[in-house]
Amino acid sequence: MSKPEFVYVTYIETTPEKLWEALTDSEFSKLYWFGTEVKSDWKVGSSFALVTDGKTTDTGKILEADRPRRLSYTFKHELYETMREPATKVAFTIEPYGNLVKLTVTHEGFIEGSKLVGAISTGWPAILSGLKSVLETGKPLAIPRAALGKEELTRS
Amino acid sequence: MKIEQFKPAIVYTIYIAATPEQVWKALTTAEFSRKYFSGFAIEADLKVGGAFIARAPDGSEHISGEVIECDPLKRLTVTWNVNWPALVEKLGPTLVTYEIEQAGDTVKLTMLQSHDRDISDDILSGGRAGWPAILSSLKSLLETGQALTIKMAPPERMLAALKEMGIGTP
Repeated sequence: MSKPEFVYVTYIETTPEKLWEALTDSEFSKLYWFGTEVKSDWKVGSSFALVTDGKTTDTGKILEADRPRRLSYTFKHELYETMREPATKVAFTIEPYGNLVKLTVTHEGFIEGSKLVGAISTGWPAILSGLKSVLETGKPLAIPRAALGKEELTRS
Repeated sequence: MKIEQFKPAIVYTIYIAATPEQVWKALTTAEFSRKYFSGFAIEADLKVGGAFIARAPDGSEHISGEVIECDPLKRLTVTWNVNWPALVEKLGPTLVTYEIEQAGDTVKLTMLQSHDRDISDDILSGGRAGWPAILSSLKSLLETGQALTIKMAPPERMLAALKEMGIGTP
């Protein structure tokens, strides 16, 4: 039995540089990450945080920052007790693909019986679908927050 | 065929700014599929037992399947059997299910590729590479009016694994 991990690939009509900007700009991230700001100075070893409505939901450290090709950070959920698990790892690989960009997101390092892996498996497709829409059409997707899989967020 | 015996081996979810009607039509008509599915024409007789065909640009039937479940605008399951010699005999049938759900002003589309036995990662690598390209392009087509031009290299890893099993590949 292989360890749980999450892999998602999408193709976006944009440039690697614009995609990098979208993944690392805290104003831009609000447009597709359900109002979440990505916070870091994006230097290897620096801290990383996701902040939604002023609340820090997830934290980590930057592992790789090879603009505009590869970005990775550790990822630890902070907000909900049930999903506070040892740090996992998120990696974004950006590859030019003709006039498109191929984006591969991997999220791995979950513990056996992880609750977090279920939530992120629901969340990433919604976030990355929104990212693709904003970059291609300029318009965010109107997906309800419930699609993130953090039911508690919808009630707060 | 017992549908309960099939388990999803590949699941891909994508959200699209469109209506369930538009997504259903894009999945089931040649007019749309040719644009996002490398020129392949989907010809579907949308009733249980109806034919489901993906016709290659050269006119040949690449996939000859059958509609297994059909709940218009919500759910479609078909046998997705590629017409390569001995493929179905050796791997069993492949099922593809599309689930369409309204999610706010968008549609959540989930594709599940299911099998009635364990299939190796080598063979699944074909679908794992193909579905994200097909469905990313479908999303772009519905949202921007333009499908993506994604030139995929042949799925060498899958083809080698099929060949090894004695399955005829092009």
